Amino acid sequence: MTSKDIVLDHVSIRFGHYTAVDNAHLKIKGGEFFSFLGPSGCGKTTLLRCISGFNDPTEGRVLIGTQDMKGIGPNKRPTALIFQNLALFPLMSVAENIAFPLEVRGVGKKDRLKRADELLEMIALPGVGGKKVHELSGGQRQRVAIARALAVEPDILLLDEPLSALDLKLRHHMRTELRAIQQRVGLTFIYITHDQGEALTMSDRVAVMNKGVIEQVDPPETIYNRPKTSFVASFVGETNAIEGKVASQTEGVVALDTQIGRLTGRAAGGRSYKSGDQCYLFIRPEQLKLSENQENTVSAQWIKEEFEGNSRQMFLDAKGVDLRLSRVNSGQSPEDLSGRSVSLGFAADQAIVLPHGDLAGA
Amino acid sequence: MNRGTGGGFVAAGFSLLFFAFLFGPLIIMVITAFNSSSFPRITPWECFTTDWFGVLFGDNRLMGGLLNSLVIAVGVVAIAVPIGLAGALALSELGPKLRATLYTVLITPILIPGVVLGISTIVFWGALGRSVGAGYGSFFFNGMFLTLAGQVTFISAYAMLVFMARLQRFDPLLTEAALDLGATPGQAFRKILLPFLGPAIGSAAFLTFLASFENYNTTVFTILSDSTFTTALASKVRLGTDPSLSALAVIIIGITLIGAIVHEAHARRQEALRTGTAPRSRVYGNPVLKTLVHPLTVFILLAGAAGLAAYLGSQHDASACKAGILEEKRARQQQLLDEQRKRIEEQRKQAAPTAPSAAPGKASPSPFGGAFNPGSLAPNAAPAPAAEPPKSNSPFGGAFNPGELKPE
Ligand SMILES: Nc1ncnc2c1ncn2[C@@H]1O[C@H](COP(=O)(O)OP(=O)(O)OP(=O)(O)O)[C@@H](O)[C@H]1O
Ligand SMILES: [Mg+2]
Repeated sequence: MTSKDIVLDHVSIRFGHYTAVDNAHLKIKGGEFFSFLGPSGCGKTTLLRCISGFNDPTEGRVLIGTQDMKGIGPNKRPTALIFQNLALFPLMSVAENIAFPLEVRGVGKKDRLKRADELLEMIALPGVGGKKVHELSGGQRQRVAIARALAVEPDILLLDEPLSALDLKLRHHMRTELRAIQQRVGLTFIYITHDQGEALTMSDRVAVMNKGVIEQVDPPETIYNRPKTSFVASFVGETNAIEGKVASQTEGVVALDTQIGRLTGRAAGGRSYKSGDQCYLFIRPEQLKLSENQENTVSAQWIKEEFEGNSRQMFLDAKGVDLRLSRVNSGQSPEDLSGRSVSLGFAADQAIVLPHGDLAGA
Repeated sequence: MNRGTGGGFVAAGFSLLFFAFLFGPLIIMVITAFNSSSFPRITPWECFTTDWFGVLFGDNRLMGGLLNSLVIAVGVVAIAVPIGLAGALALSELGPKLRATLYTVLITPILIPGVVLGISTIVFWGALGRSVGAGYGSFFFNGMFLTLAGQVTFISAYAMLVFMARLQRFDPLLTEAALDLGATPGQAFRKILLPFLGPAIGSAAFLTFLASFENYNTTVFTILSDSTFTTALASKVRLGTDPSLSALAVIIIGITLIGAIVHEAHARRQEALRTGTAPRSRVYGNPVLKTLVHPLTVFILLAGAAGLAAYLGSQHDASACKAGILEEKRARQQQLLDEQRKRIEEQRKQAAPTAPSAAPGKASPSPFGGAFNPGSLAPNAAPAPAAEPPKSNSPFGGAFNPGELKPE
């Protein structure tokens, strides 16, 4: 265990009767890029503020390294938080902002401004030290906030949706940059986002949260390919959810009776279901094919189609169940299916069956 | 309405009337300050004089009051601003319910009439003083202290309102960010919140200073036998007014104008600096003009002009002109007396009664035969028979005017 490790030991945070974080229990390793992913209001900020020391856990402990953080104020913790709105000091210049953590530690003016210059160099913004914060662009402010947080070399950098205010292109650029900074300085990054793309591209591991509960902690690929709950399956990436009752299970393959007939999929995580269990079958749009399959075939009515550049999204209706099918754009116009009835198929091992639970956005 | 329908004329006429209404009294007041007539008026114009300023500064009661007012105002600023700040900070930290209650409590002094505050201040401190056995010489019965205490009760609420308005725009996350970056709560307060409140501290200090300086309702009770500027002024006005009050108005207007112009210069400069248009602007881009419109230069220039005017004014000697006027008045009086004497002689000759009221009316341009002219009441002027002092603005016809009592 290094000083940069963080342990959340059965942490619950309540506001009155409202439970914002429910029994979070995990360990974040030193040097890791760790993301919390979840919809708005699921308790991400609350958990982050708890790690920074702005609110104490109602139950459980937060450990940094081996030290229990109880009673240690935010200014005494080896963490630096980058706020959702950055919270740069508007009355100070860029250099003064970056030098602030040094100023409050009594570093002399010359030394701290020199350090500010170094950091500006690092974030590729040399020479802007004299500017006021409002004179910078969104992306530049972003980088200044990071530089300010790094000024005293904290062990852990906490980032609260820092990219949410940026436009798409800048966001993509900053993702790469953040990842590069993290690898260069080797800090523990704890990153909060409700954007799954962000979480999946940057993180070593992702924790998916729903209503204060951490539902799954895994590397991005596992989260995407082998979700453990129906919430995770529906929140991460596009997917089709089809509700049904278990008819039978043979080894890893589950047969489900649904509104649109009997479908088969694999049981997630080696679960075994009893016949009659309420379940969801999830199939990704890109795994759904416009051809019959001997394992699963569904007939559906074409509703509309959207062109997305690299792919086409086809929206279909199968006896009241909305389905979505994604095709890679081959460069040629495919057959026009407008208004027609089509047959869809998918392989059983591409579909996963998960117990009934919350769906994202439902 | 628009220009085509003649709305432009109406609008222009209205604006003219509006400004006449607004500034007319001020302009007239300023002019009267330089007329040697011992009652503030423009016509008849007698002599251009600056003596009324001398009279003003020679008024010991008023000057003493001014000093008291300044001392009290500085004291009020020093106490009310921190209290207001503390109150506003406390309110911003509280939950909504408690905040509403405390807000009502803190704001009540503004709603209570000043008279009530004044009386209750005396009663409260008096009772307190007696209960601890303090004598009448102690501060419990000191007008200055009581005024300070009485004014602070409601003026700190003004300061609090100013701070609350500013605090509402403060993002508390900034304080948290400072803490997170390693600042102690004290450092976060000093380096983040206090600079943010800077402008509000300035305006609160200004507001509390003015509120204290111009307060009358409360002060008139709490000052006891002492006097402040306002109470001295009020008792002076009650005894009849003379142009030294106009002179005071000139000074106040002058200070206000200088303040307003300097403030405007400062605001424009800030704006140009903030928007970054300064280097491109015609005024701020030019090094000579730039220094010329700098608030400090503006202030020095204006203060210099005012100082020069004051110096020139103090050198001005209107005594020759005044002597001429006095001579004129004497001659006129002599003439009136002569006419009177003639009339009486005629009457005696005819030995027939005439309506007395008609006679002076014909001789004098005014129906009262100049009786309204306080100058005619100067001690060495023999009273005209018709000059039973009629309804003068002051029952003493300006006899209390200090200028009037100067030895001729
Ligand atoms: N100080 C507080 N008092 C009461 N409830 C709070 C407080 N802070 C947060 N909450 C509640 O806790 C829940 C989680 O809030 P939190 O800010 O952690 O959400 P979030 O996941 O960060 O959402 P977002 O993505 O929108 O930022 C919300 O329902 C919120 O109303
Ligand atoms: Mg949040």
